[in-house]
Amino acid sequence: MWSFFWTFLKAFVVGGLLCAIGELLILKTRLTSARILVGYVTAGAILGAVGVWQPLADWAGAGATVPLLGFGNTLAQGALRAVKNRGILGAFTGGVEATAAGITAAIFFGYLMAILFKPKMKAE
Amino acid sequence: MNQQAKKNQWYLELVQKLTPKSELGKCLLRSFWVGGVICFLGQCLLMTGTGPMILSREDAAAFTSIVLVFLASLLTGVGVYDRIGKYAGGGSIVPITGFANSIVSCAMEYRREGLVMGVGARLFQIAGPVLVYGIGSSVVIGLIAWVVEVL
Repeated sequence: MWSFFWTFLKAFVVGGLLCAIGELLILKTRLTSARILVGYVTAGAILGAVGVWQPLADWAGAGATVPLLGFGNTLAQGALRAVKNRGILGAFTGGVEATAAGITAAIFFGYLMAILFKPKMKAE
Repeated sequence: MNQQAKKNQWYLELVQKLTPKSELGKCLLRSFWVGGVICFLGQCLLMTGTGPMILSREDAAAFTSIVLVFLASLLTGVGVYDRIGKYAGGGSIVPITGFANSIVSCAMEYRREGLVMGVGARLFQIAGPVLVYGIGSSVVIGLIAWVVEVL
């Protein structure tokens, strides 16, 4: 029971902290959200490649995989694994293969929702 | 009278000293708990995947991404996600749901420019750079790993 609770607490706290760091970067450096997203994905890929992120992802579960850093890590792990299995070809296939579900879902549902809904008036 | 003026000044200084900090703290706290809740939801989905649905870890992670992206797209479409974003800042941007939100809100905004150059192209206004740098770094990492392996 306690370990069950602990799993969720880890996800909540780690995910929350990563989001708070993002917010701190936005407030302190005035980075646009696009730059934050790009920075997080690239940082996640690098942290994943040097072997820092996967242990954290194993420990914190969704707390480390749901923020975009986890997306970057998945890209890096996919590339590393594919290179091991298929050689240099893997460098070009591994990243997208590993993240195909997220990317495709985002494009498909994104298109669908953009067609179905009209933008709301900006509440200023 | 003099004492009152002193008191006023002391009070103003106090206000100035405290305001920006507590504002920052409030923003960070909001990001923390909203981001935490999104990741908590992700953990629920992940464990639904590995548990009742008997998926492998990787498939469960893919399932989690798909459901979160779907929910965020839908909430963006009906205009709820932007309200969450106004409250939570980074808490709604950093998770994968923020990635989905950026896709839908850009695409919706430019719909009147047509289905191809409006929705189709603007879909990638923010997602494009993310994919370029993400996939780009994965290729560089793969190439480095390959070189290391060959050497």
